[in-house]
Amino acid sequence: MTTLVADTRHVFQREISLILRDPFSMIFSLVQPLVFLGLFGPLLAGSVNPAAINGASPLQWFLPGVIVMICLFGTSTTGSNLLYEIMMGSYERVLAAPLHRSSILIGKALKELAPLVVQAALVTLVAIPFGFKLYPVHVLAGLLLLGVFGVGLGAFSNALAIASRKREWMFWAVQQTLLFPLLILSGMMLPLETGPQWIQALSKFNPLTYIVDAERALFSGTFDSPAIGWAVLAAVLTCAAGLWVGVKQVARSTT
Amino acid sequence: MIDAGVIHTEKLTRNFVSKKETIEAVKGVDIDVASGELVAFLGPNGAGKSTTLRMLTTLLPPTSGTAWVAGANITTEPALVRSRIGYIGQGDGAGHSFRVMDELVMQGRFYGMNSADSLGRARELTKSLDLTSLEKRKVSTLSGGQRRRLDIALGLMHSPGLIFLDEPSTGMDPHNRANLWEHIERLREQRETTIVLTTHYLEEADAYAERVLVIDHGQIIANDTAANLKATLAGDRIAITVDGASAAAASAVVAGRGRELTTTNGSREVTIAGRFDQGTRTLPWLLRELDHAGVDVRAADVRVPTLDDVFLSLTGRSLREEAESEVAA
Repeated sequence: MTTLVADTRHVFQREISLILRDPFSMIFSLVQPLVFLGLFGPLLAGSVNPAAINGASPLQWFLPGVIVMICLFGTSTTGSNLLYEIMMGSYERVLAAPLHRSSILIGKALKELAPLVVQAALVTLVAIPFGFKLYPVHVLAGLLLLGVFGVGLGAFSNALAIASRKREWMFWAVQQTLLFPLLILSGMMLPLETGPQWIQALSKFNPLTYIVDAERALFSGTFDSPAIGWAVLAAVLTCAAGLWVGVKQVARSTT
Repeated sequence: MIDAGVIHTEKLTRNFVSKKETIEAVKGVDIDVASGELVAFLGPNGAGKSTTLRMLTTLLPPTSGTAWVAGANITTEPALVRSRIGYIGQGDGAGHSFRVMDELVMQGRFYGMNSADSLGRARELTKSLDLTSLEKRKVSTLSGGQRRRLDIALGLMHSPGLIFLDEPSTGMDPHNRANLWEHIERLREQRETTIVLTTHYLEEADAYAERVLVIDHGQIIANDTAANLKATLAGDRIAITVDGASAAAASAVVAGRGRELTTTNGSREVTIAGRFDQGTRTLPWLLRELDHAGVDVRAADVRVPTLDDVFLSLTGRSLREEAESEVAA
C-alpha cells in the first residue's frame, strides 16, 4: 500500500510537470470554464423555469454542472496522452519500471483532476458576486466525490487508449460517442425534469446523473440528500470498475 | 534461485494469435547468461529477439516456460525483476512533452531513489552522455542521436547490474554509434554490468559482444563467441574471376580445395567463389595451380568471414540482404 501511494505520487509528479512547466496551458484551462459559465449561464437563466430548480439562483444550479463537465472532459480525454506515449515509446519505459500498475492509472487521472480544483475554486469565486452562495465544506466534499469518480473515468479512458493502440482513431470515435449521451443524460446542462419520460428513465442508468444531482445538493449547502449516498456508490463503483478494467488492460498492453 | 547465472531460462515460449492463426514467435529457448557477460542476440527482424527480451524484462508474459532474471522469477516476481534490471527499448524512452532533466529525475524516483540522489545521478549521466546543455530542453526538440543518448541515461539512472538494450544503435549515425559503444564498454569496465542486447547490425555483434546467440524463427540456432562461430561455421571466402574460355579448367583446379562453390557467368568472364580453409594461404597456391593449368586469371579476392557468412551457412539466407530489403520496404 505504501508503495502504491509513493508510486502514484511519482507518476502524478511526472505528469503534473507538464502543466507546471507550461503555464499557458494552465491559463487556458482556467479561462475555458469562465467563458462557458459567462455565455451559457445567462442563456440558461432566461430559459429555465425557476420552479424546476427550486427557486434558487440559476448559478447555484448551473455551476456544479460546469464543474462536473470540466471533470468529464478532462478525465475522459486523458487516454489520448497515453496513446501518444504508447506510440512514441515512453509508456513502455514506464512499464519496465517497478511501478504499481494501478499507480500509473491513478497518477495520470489525478493529473487531470488537479487543475480541476483550481478551476473550480476560480469559477466559484467569480460566481459569488453574481448571486452564488458558497458553502466551502460542502464544495470540498463535492470535489472529493468528483475526484473518486474522475479517477475511475480516467482509468476507463486509459483502458480505451490501450485497447485502441493499434488504430488510434478508435479512441476518439468511442470517447466522443460515449461522452455526449453521458453528458446530456446526466442533466448537467439542462434540467431533465422538463424532458420526456424516456429520457428521465434512461438517465437513471447513467452514473453521472447521481454525481450531478449530488454535486447540486452539495453546492447548495446540504448533506441531507438521498442523491449523495447514491453518488458515493456510483463514484466508488466507477472508480473500482475503471481501475479493474484499466489494470487488466495495462497487463495486456505490451502484447 | 536455480543457479548462480544472472539469466536462466527454461523452454521460454511465446505464441501470438493473429486472426485465429497461432504464430510461434519464440519456441522454447534455453538461455544462460553469467554475471558480467556481454551477450548479443543476433537475427533478422521478426526472428524473436525482441520478444525474448520483452519476456526477460517482464513486459510480456511467456506462453509457457519460465526464466529467472537477476535472481527473481519473471512470472511470479515480475516487480522484483523490474527493480533489478535496466531496460532500454526501441522507442523513445523519454516522453516527448517532458523536459530532459524532469524525465531523468522522475525515472530515478520510479526506482525508489530519493530526490537528491536522483538529481545527482541525473547530473552525472547528462555529463557523461553529453546531454548537459540539453537539461531544460523539451524532449521533442532533441535530435535522434540526442534522444537515444537520453534513452541510455534513463536506463542507467538506477545503476542496474543487468541491462537489456533492444536495438540500441538503430537510427544512429556512425559517430553516435561509436559513442554509445564507448559508453557501454565503460560501464562494463567500471561496474562489471551484465549486458544483453539485440541487434541486426552484424558488425556490432562481431566487434563488441563476447558471445553471440543467433536467433532465427524463434529458435537459437548458434551460441558461441563471434570468432568461434566464424571459424567453425563459415571459413574464408575466395572468389576468382577467369577468362570465359578457361572456366572449365579453373573449376577443376578449384573444386579440389573449396566448398560451397558457386559460379557466376559474366559477359566474357566467369567468377568462381567458395569457402576455403586458411584463405590467405590458399590463394597464392590456387593462383600457381591455375597458372600451371593455363587458366587466364583476371581477378582474385579473399575475404575473411563475417557473422553474415555464419548466418548464411546456418540458414541459407543472408542477414544483410534481409536488413536491406527491410529498409527498402
